Amino acid sequence: MAGIPSRHKSLVLLAGVILLQVVLLAVQIKRDSQGRLLRVWTVGAMSPFQRAGAKGIGNIRGTWSHYFALQNTSRENEQLRRENDELKLRMNQLQSKATEADRLAALLNFRQAQRNVPMLAARVIGTSADSASQTIYLDRGERDGIRRNMGVITPDGVVGKVIESYRDTAQVLLLTDKDSGVGAMLADSRIQSPVGGTGEPLLSMKYIPTDDTVNLGEHVVTSGMDRIFPRDLPVGVVTEIKTGRPFQQVRVRPAANLQRLEEVIVLLTLHPMEQRKEPAAPAAASGKSVGGTAAVNP
Amino acid sequence: MMNDAFDLRLAETHIEVHKFRSGAIVAATFLALILQAFVPVYIPKFAVLDLPLLITIYFGLSRRNPSTGLLLGMVIGLLQDSLSGPTVPLGLYGIAKTIIGYLASSIGARLDTEHPAARLALTMMFFVVHQGFITLTRRLLLAEPEQWFTLRLAIAAAVNAVVAVLLFAVLDRLRRS
Repeated sequence: MAGIPSRHKSLVLLAGVILLQVVLLAVQIKRDSQGRLLRVWTVGAMSPFQRAGAKGIGNIRGTWSHYFALQNTSRENEQLRRENDELKLRMNQLQSKATEADRLAALLNFRQAQRNVPMLAARVIGTSADSASQTIYLDRGERDGIRRNMGVITPDGVVGKVIESYRDTAQVLLLTDKDSGVGAMLADSRIQSPVGGTGEPLLSMKYIPTDDTVNLGEHVVTSGMDRIFPRDLPVGVVTEIKTGRPFQQVRVRPAANLQRLEEVIVLLTLHPMEQRKEPAAPAAASGKSVGGTAAVNP
Repeated sequence: MMNDAFDLRLAETHIEVHKFRSGAIVAATFLALILQAFVPVYIPKFAVLDLPLLITIYFGLSRRNPSTGLLLGMVIGLLQDSLSGPTVPLGLYGIAKTIIGYLASSIGARLDTEHPAARLALTMMFFVVHQGFITLTRRLLLAEPEQWFTLRLAIAAAVNAVVAVLLFAVLDRLRRS
C-alpha cells in the first residue's frame, strides 16, 4: 500500500476485502458446508447469552404472573373452576365418542407406533439473524444426544429437522425454509408428494398430478419416505390449489405454528421407521383399549 | 488527540470526527447481533429490523474513516452470516455491509449527517442499497432468483429508517465529548 496515494488506499482495501469474501462465497458454493469453524465459534459465543435471555424472560414472566398480575385472580379462579367443570363434562362425552372416530383412531395408532421413539423437549433460544433463512436454535445439543438430520416436532405437527448440532445448542431448519422438505401425503387419498418450504408462511406440495383430486381443507401428513419423520405426523392443511401442467400447485398451511415456537420436541433417532416396526402390529390391535386420552395428545 | 473530538477539513467544510467510549463499538455490535437473533423468537415482526445494518451505518457516518467503516461492516456482516441459516453463505451479508460501511463513512466525511432528517433519508437509502447488493450477490454468485423490489422492502426501509433516528440519538450518548 506504500506506493498508493492515501485517498485511494481505502478503495484498494474495499476491493481487497470484497474479493476475499467473494472467494469465501465461491468456496462454499463448491463444497457443501459441514459446519464451518466461524459458525461454530459465533454460535458458541452467542448461545450462552441467548440461553440467559430466554431464562431471564421466563423468570420475569413467572415473577410477573405469580406475584404482580393477581388483581383479577379470584374472579378468574371462579370462572376457571366453572369452565373446568364444563370441560370435564365435555371431555367425558368426547372420550366416549373417541373410540368410534376414525381420525382419533388413527392418531391413537400413531401414538402407539411412536412409543419406542425416544423424544427430548427443548426450548427455542434464538432464531436466524436474517429474514431470508428460517432457522431456530435450541438449548439442547450434542451432549443431550441431538444429531444432524433428527426430526423436530411439536404436538401440533412437524417443525423441521436438525441441520447442525453443537455441544449445547442445535440449529433447526424450519419447514418453511426454501431449502426444507419433508416426505408427505394427503391424509384422505394417500397421494404422496414431498412438501417443501417457499420462504413464506405457506408450504408447497409440488408433485400432485393434475388428474388427482385434492380438496381444500384436506390434511397433509408425513409419509415416512424421507426416513426422518415417522408416518402420519400432521404436516399441515391444504389452503390453496391452482391447476397446472403436469402438476397442480398446492399450498399447505403448516400444522405447527412456526412463527411462534417456544418449545419443541426432538425425535432422538435417525431411524424412526425402524423403531416403529416392533410395536406397530399390537398397537393397531389394541388401539381402542388405550383410550381417548392418549389420542388427544399427538 | 484520541480522547477528544476534532475537526477534519474536507471540501471546505468543517466535519467533526467522533470518538467513542472504549468498547462502545464492540458492545453495540454484540448487542445488536444478540437482539437480532433473540427477539424475533418472541416478537416475529422484529425480524423486519436489521440492527447490525443500523450499527454499521451509524458508526460509519460518525467515524468518517472509510477504511474503518468498511472493516467494521465486514466484521458485522460476517458475524450475521454466521448466525444465519444454511441459505445464507458466509460473505453474503459480509459483502453488502462492507460496501455500506464504506459508503456511510465516505458520505459522513462530506455531509452533515447529524440532523434527524438527514439520518432518516440516508438510512432509507442505505437499506435499499444494502438489499440491492444482497439481491445482486444472490443472483450473480448463488444463481438464486431474487426479486429486486418488493412492497416488503419499501416498508422495511421506512421502518428501519424511523428506528435508526431513535437508535442513533441513543448511540450519540456513547460519544466522547
